[in-house]
Amino acid sequence: MAETPSKIVTFELPEKRRSLWGDAWYRLVRNKASVAGMIIIIAFFLVAMFAGAIANQNPLEVHSGTDYLPPAWIEKGVNGKPSSPEFLLGTDTLGRDVLARVLYGARVSMVVGIVPTLIVLIVGTIVGLIAGFFGGIWDNLLMRFTDIVWSFPDLLFFIIIMIALRDTFIGNLLNGLFLLFAALAMVGWVGEARVVRGQVLSLKEKEFVEAARCIGAKNGRIMFKHIMPNALGPIIIMGAMTVPGMIITEATLGFLGLGMRPASDPNNLPFFVTSWGVLMNEGNAAIHAQPWLLLMPAICVSLVVLAFTFLGDGLRDALDPRMQGTS
Amino acid sequence: MVPYILRRLLTMIPVLIIVSGITFILMHAAPGGPWDRDPGARQVDANTQKLLTEYYGLDKDPFFQWTTYTFFGENKDGKVVCGAICGNLGPSYRQRGMTIQQILFAPPEGRPWYYSRFGYSLRLAFLAMSVAILIGMPMGILSALKQNTGWDYAAMFISTLGVSIPSFVVAIFLIILFNELDLITIVPKSWDSLGVWVLPAFVLGFGTMSRTARLTRASMLEVIRQDYIRTARSKGLAEGTVITRHMIKNALIPVVTILGPNLAGLITGSFIIETMFSFPGMGRAYVTAIGQRDYSMIMGTTLVFAILISLANISVDIVYGFIDPRIRID
Repeated sequence: MAETPSKIVTFELPEKRRSLWGDAWYRLVRNKASVAGMIIIIAFFLVAMFAGAIANQNPLEVHSGTDYLPPAWIEKGVNGKPSSPEFLLGTDTLGRDVLARVLYGARVSMVVGIVPTLIVLIVGTIVGLIAGFFGGIWDNLLMRFTDIVWSFPDLLFFIIIMIALRDTFIGNLLNGLFLLFAALAMVGWVGEARVVRGQVLSLKEKEFVEAARCIGAKNGRIMFKHIMPNALGPIIIMGAMTVPGMIITEATLGFLGLGMRPASDPNNLPFFVTSWGVLMNEGNAAIHAQPWLLLMPAICVSLVVLAFTFLGDGLRDALDPRMQGTS
Repeated sequence: MVPYILRRLLTMIPVLIIVSGITFILMHAAPGGPWDRDPGARQVDANTQKLLTEYYGLDKDPFFQWTTYTFFGENKDGKVVCGAICGNLGPSYRQRGMTIQQILFAPPEGRPWYYSRFGYSLRLAFLAMSVAILIGMPMGILSALKQNTGWDYAAMFISTLGVSIPSFVVAIFLIILFNELDLITIVPKSWDSLGVWVLPAFVLGFGTMSRTARLTRASMLEVIRQDYIRTARSKGLAEGTVITRHMIKNALIPVVTILGPNLAGLITGSFIIETMFSFPGMGRAYVTAIGQRDYSMIMGTTLVFAILISLANISVDIVYGFIDPRIRID
């Protein structure tokens, strides 16, 4: 009798029901690229959260005389200065520790990736639901608006908005990050709304919607309880695909000198110190002599963006198996 | 076909007017004017500022300024002058004595038209496009034919890199790499020899190349499973003929249709690459104008960019109608 329980367990396993979402999760974690992406994203999240604990230097403290130090594994830099184990990745023009600055830069990229995407998802889903469900004038308004937004080169729009409003009150909120979030969200929700609208248009003709209407469900209930859960897959995929675009835009604007305003007071360390785009902008002046100033933030941006792309691809394959292998 | 093209071109007009309006409003929301915002240089004294403001009509009602700029209006001599709709993009505030259209489209004296800023950008975009097509298409076709092999994985990994990593970051990596290897001069004195174009064209075309490769692969995989391919094989056609005549010909339809938007994207998206390589194109002039707060230059260039993008979007639908007779457009 002692051996039987193990047999019972083997019989019970196939009986265990896996929900549709469980199924999708199973497909996602079997995809090596997306698991690697998730690990990288989690790692950068932890770095962003605990940047203060990981960095052994103050990212804003100016060490005079030890500017432009090379990374610790290079003995002598181009300028003849010896490296120091205190500054693992060397120092910048003002003698600030590059490693600490890169670590703190992760915060901005992570927040820029997530916050505007959430706004875009919420606004886009609601507008898409309304436009698709009620049709008529709402639908028309949305479509005309998209036509305009899509014919405006979006990077140019961000650039113009940043130039125009940078020195105003809005431009100063959160070191300029608030304006960036607002601009990113303003353009981003349109694509999301179009996707949701397309989903709603096909879903609202389905039998389960008819059935819900027959038992007297109100419009709001049909929209949010019946249609939205069924459109959730594409919404999640869109979300994951939006994040890298946001991070890239922030980095590009920072690189052009139009991103956030980096903090400079070492005694009063804010949450958002600097961003990778700003670091690349600062490093670009010394691209030939001090390439590591540029390399570190460039590698970080590439890693994070790649990780989100892999995760997005994996999510698409997992949530929509019909799409597998396409583009 | 002709009425359809005309109708699409007409819908461009309201879009462009709105683009011009938005840009104008944002430019005017910026505190200060173009004269007092040059912290690095000498400040223009108050009296001169006033004269300049009057000279450029900046003291007029903003709506009147906008209509004058975009459509037509009286200039300071009381003559009616046609605005942006006639291709008159206004005087530059910073490069005195030059109009925007001269800065963008006029070549240096004695040189053919493609030595203008626009011409340089156009040539760079064409080169980048050639890189994208000549490498991207074969890459996608081969990885679809050899699906799930090492070649396929390698090609898809490279193209995922190209799709996700922004071009200026690719440029940073390559510039540092080539600088370490001492292979080519990154910032050449003259752009007359072809060799110096290779690196910027490759960097600019890398993203488009990757998108082309991914799209080609996806569309090839779609075609490979079609019945007519099985028919072609079963009637005994040589494999090479099946691939070139039946697969590639059909698979390239979506790839060809996005060539227009790709080219527009390469022209308008090159400003960071142009700045990094000190390339004498339209994009670098735009970035410089941003730094100098040269509002009319920003406004004019944005309009040129918006026209290019709208034309490219229209070209997709038109090209699709030509290539794929199943699609009826009107």
